[in-house]
Amino acid sequence: MVEFIQLLINGILLGSILALGAIGATMIFGVLRFAHFAHGDLMAVGAYFALAVVTIFNLPVLVALPVAMVLTAALAVGIDQVVYRRIRRVQPVILLISSFATALILRSLIQMIWGSSNQVYATGIQMPWRLGPFVLKPDHLLIFAAATGLVVLVHVFLTRSRMGKAMRAMSDNMNLALITGIPANRVIMWTWAIGGALAAAAGVFLGMDTRLHPVMGWTLLLPIFAATILGGIGRPYGAILGGLVIGCAMELSTLVIPGSYKPAVAFAIMVVTLIFRPQGIIKGAA
Amino acid sequence: MIEIDRISRAFGGLQAVQAVSFTVAEGSITGLIGPNGAGKTTLFNMIAGNLAPDQGRVRLQGEDITDLAPHERFHKGLVRTFQIPHEFSRMTVRENLMIVPAQQSGEYLLRSWLTWWRVVREDRAILEQADEVLDFLEIGHLRDELAGNLSGGQKKLLDLGRTMMTDAKAVLLDEPGAGVNRTLLGKLAEAIERLHQERGYTFCVIEHDMDLIARLCDPVMVMANGALIASGDMASLRDNAEVREAYLGTGVSGQAGGQSNGTA
Repeated sequence: MVEFIQLLINGILLGSILALGAIGATMIFGVLRFAHFAHGDLMAVGAYFALAVVTIFNLPVLVALPVAMVLTAALAVGIDQVVYRRIRRVQPVILLISSFATALILRSLIQMIWGSSNQVYATGIQMPWRLGPFVLKPDHLLIFAAATGLVVLVHVFLTRSRMGKAMRAMSDNMNLALITGIPANRVIMWTWAIGGALAAAAGVFLGMDTRLHPVMGWTLLLPIFAATILGGIGRPYGAILGGLVIGCAMELSTLVIPGSYKPAVAFAIMVVTLIFRPQGIIKGAA
Repeated sequence: MIEIDRISRAFGGLQAVQAVSFTVAEGSITGLIGPNGAGKTTLFNMIAGNLAPDQGRVRLQGEDITDLAPHERFHKGLVRTFQIPHEFSRMTVRENLMIVPAQQSGEYLLRSWLTWWRVVREDRAILEQADEVLDFLEIGHLRDELAGNLSGGQKKLLDLGRTMMTDAKAVLLDEPGAGVNRTLLGKLAEAIERLHQERGYTFCVIEHDMDLIARLCDPVMVMANGALIASGDMASLRDNAEVREAYLGTGVSGQAGGQSNGTA
């Protein structure tokens, strides 16, 4: 039981990181109709942006977080303008492959600039809190609080702001959105900016929890897509739920199978979802 | 208001609309009837900009709009509804309406931060407008319902409501009565009449329900096989032999007329 709850805590932590990545990926899919393969590497870039701020200005990582989010948002919008915008009207598979290429480029850039060895934001040992039999690092609480805050912000944006509503409208009924003259290009830029900022946050949190490595985002891409599909593609709220479910499932699976199979658990959930409930777990029409 | 000048469109070998010209007069409710496959919806698609004509021009208040995109025509006040109603199914009824007005300040990054109070004020005005529209259509009690959960008839009302959120001048209604129950149909007809009288909208209506056409429309245009074959008020059309044969098929022309009504 103690082990179960400990793993559940870890699962919720991983889940909230996945959720931040999945919200961005699912919004990009909803508005642009393609699976963004570079999303994991965008997370890694965000993590390294924060590392740069931490090492150059000697600031704590939580201060570096908003800087990294803004930089990554700008980068995502830039990538869209330079790469994806030109091929928006071609077949989706071409967009998908070019996002794969973008992923490789981003990862190589990280390796060129920061090297390919493991790095951390803060050296030294952080004393964990012991609550009875449970172990909790202060960082974990920070990550969870910040992730919750970001999710609330996204919710407010989507339900209260003009741009958020336009974004939902575009992913709901593209034809009607275009006919009623929703400013598609602006919506697309906002989508990238928010997707990029959330990806950066996910990357920074992942780096705080473990370490920074050029493939840290790439290895998380599969669970993020699994969360996206589980929650119903194009649905931000589904992505949050999907992220938490996948995160907990991955951690809890180590009770019965070796830990190295964690990604396989995410993959299995994704396949099962696609077979039995391709519209996602949230009820309602696709 | 809307002038259609010798407009044509073919799909492969099928000439769906052939050199049709007519004018929807300002302030009229013009009906467009004809058997299935007569080319009515194709014509609508060309007027609204969803489909490019092979030949011919479309003018709105004297201005040539043939080359404009659908959303550009939308913001010039030429608005359409669809045979199968369109809605943002995962947004509330009220949000469906609030999304319509264009060029809101909240679309601009700098403005939404630097002059946030203007965004708030504008948003409140749009919200009030949306609620007024919902009350007008008597679906105010559904404002927080997801649009996807509405009945077919309620979606048609919402479609009509969307036209009221912009400065519509001319509204194209594609079978507003199809699949709508009697009670809602009365409400719909009433809303169209009130929009016509109180706001001075011009309407062009495709409809198969002859009672609705007779109640609302004057004049009525009749299409068959991609061409305009007659126009006039409903009473005179009922006596027009050509129209009866092509469409009304009231038995005068016997079996052939009845069949073409069913299968054309």
